[in-house]
Amino acid sequence: MNDGQGGPARPGRLTREDAAYVARLARVDLTEEELDLYAGQLAAVLDHAAQVAALATSGVPPTAHAMPLLNVLRDDVVRPSLDREEVLAQAPRVEEGRFRVPKILGDEP
Amino acid sequence: MKALELAYSVRKGESSATEVIEQCLGAIDDLDGELHAFLTVLGDSARSEAREIDRRRAAGEDLGPLAGVPVAVKDNLCTRGVPTTCASRILEGWCPPYDATVVQRLRNAGAVVVGKTNLDEFAMGSSTENSAFGPTHNPHDPLRVTGGSSGGSAAAVAAGLVPLALGSDTGGSIRQPAAFCGVVGLKPTYGTVSRYGLVAFASSLDQVGPFASNVADAALLFDVIGGHDPLDSTSLDRSSPFVLTRLEEGVEGMRVGVVHELLDGTDDAVAKRVREAADALAAAGARVKECSVPEVAYALPAYYLLAPAEASSNLARYDGVRYGLRVDAPSAEAMNGATRSAGFGAEVKRRIMLGTYALSAGYYDAYYGQAQKVRTLIIRAFERAYEHVDLLLGATTPTTAFELGSKVDDPLAMYLSDVCTVPTNLAGHPAMSVPFGSDDLGLPVGVQILAPALGEMPLFRAAAVIEKAAPAAAAPRICAPLPGAGAGSREGTR
Repeated sequence: MNDGQGGPARPGRLTREDAAYVARLARVDLTEEELDLYAGQLAAVLDHAAQVAALATSGVPPTAHAMPLLNVLRDDVVRPSLDREEVLAQAPRVEEGRFRVPKILGDEP
Repeated sequence: MKALELAYSVRKGESSATEVIEQCLGAIDDLDGELHAFLTVLGDSARSEAREIDRRRAAGEDLGPLAGVPVAVKDNLCTRGVPTTCASRILEGWCPPYDATVVQRLRNAGAVVVGKTNLDEFAMGSSTENSAFGPTHNPHDPLRVTGGSSGGSAAAVAAGLVPLALGSDTGGSIRQPAAFCGVVGLKPTYGTVSRYGLVAFASSLDQVGPFASNVADAALLFDVIGGHDPLDSTSLDRSSPFVLTRLEEGVEGMRVGVVHELLDGTDDAVAKRVREAADALAAAGARVKECSVPEVAYALPAYYLLAPAEASSNLARYDGVRYGLRVDAPSAEAMNGATRSAGFGAEVKRRIMLGTYALSAGYYDAYYGQAQKVRTLIIRAFERAYEHVDLLLGATTPTTAFELGSKVDDPLAMYLSDVCTVPTNLAGHPAMSVPFGSDDLGLPVGVQILAPALGEMPLFRAAAVIEKAAPAAAAPRICAPLPGAGAGSREGTR
């Protein structure tokens, strides 16, 4: 195993508070029981993932995508798009040809 | 009967598409109560498409290479006007307004889509137990898993309900269930098969591919679905390679490396079968040697940072606004949280949280950024290996099919069943699982063949050699005669 030279600093173990924070960032409401369960499970997975955190990678470029494709372009031609009524028919709430959502700005923090 | 023979007999008029589809629907009706391979069976549309094929045949029209062949499609591929659930409550009842490109290509080739198959929710899992609609059962032993995430497609082919099926493979989701169910499964080179209409899980890793009962049928289906698609910006600008026509060219002089890291730690029965497959290649004239790709060991931890990170971003779209489930709440943010809480299952929630964490401020460099660099190291390691060999060989899975319920409470143990399959997804390379005999319990064993990018041709040729040498495998306990098989015989022992 590598000694961590060149790798970024390894963060501390994921806590229950971290899990609650991440769930809020991801907009997933969790019960207290779910939080307890997932915090432990995620910490175990991250312990396993720490193997990669310990590898020496200084000077290694990151790979976001295995096949090198750049600037894929097409001709700017008007084409038919999805049918608006067919698309809106799948929405939970619709009003005047648009998606209807609850209040976005207001008292909620 | 093979898909190839079936299509031939429909084109020749020896069987009608209607007969073929009726037999297929009858087999699904008889056996799928036990298997639960299908989430939706498309009886009415399949019958009407079959009638149309028979009408065109009578009119002397060209019917295409899959004329009248029933095909099952994983339920994360969009089918216009037909529910596409991803086995998730959050998409229950959603009917896409368009077809995936691969579905369109199936229809253009004369195939009949007979149903949508079960999967782990949003393709996240290795056992199909994460389906919101209940697991699929392995046709070889209904108390065992099919593997996953494309478990429904693998089981449907293994049980003879359909000769062909489509799956998707992000970290092994075609190859692992193919191995567990004793069928052929290919993860093609990234970009060779369109992802348009494949519901995204981890976009840089997802790839659609074929399941079949034999190598030639898998080649046929790959040829039909492959090739450039302008609707997918990651699609490679190449036509389909047409591997079927060159399947029988053998492996004389081909250099094959048996990868130590894809055998070490696997069950003895699995490792033994891989060595026998290597011997078969050598007997057919390949130059086989042992080799080591040590960086493969880091693929699993890297994958379980990268794939959840991409998933957490892709799954942000399920917000209760435009489609699928909405749980009402006074504010938009509360509605988002309540909808996602009610709509997603446990594994999807875990992966979204894991990915969000790996991408969050303070952890990005240590987790996501580092995993991307490790991905580079893995790609480089494969490049070095392929300087000396044309193909690599190893196990598809460390074990044969495990028992239902045995890993559901331990996510990490479940993830470890992907250890042999994830390296190729990170590299974007093709790999195939080919059935090769059984273990002591009579459960199927899969041998995995790996190739460099766009190496499908030698990969299929080696697969054909391995298939011919494969020891007779036990027939599934749950198994139908294939459509049109009245006079023919099914391969394997009964």
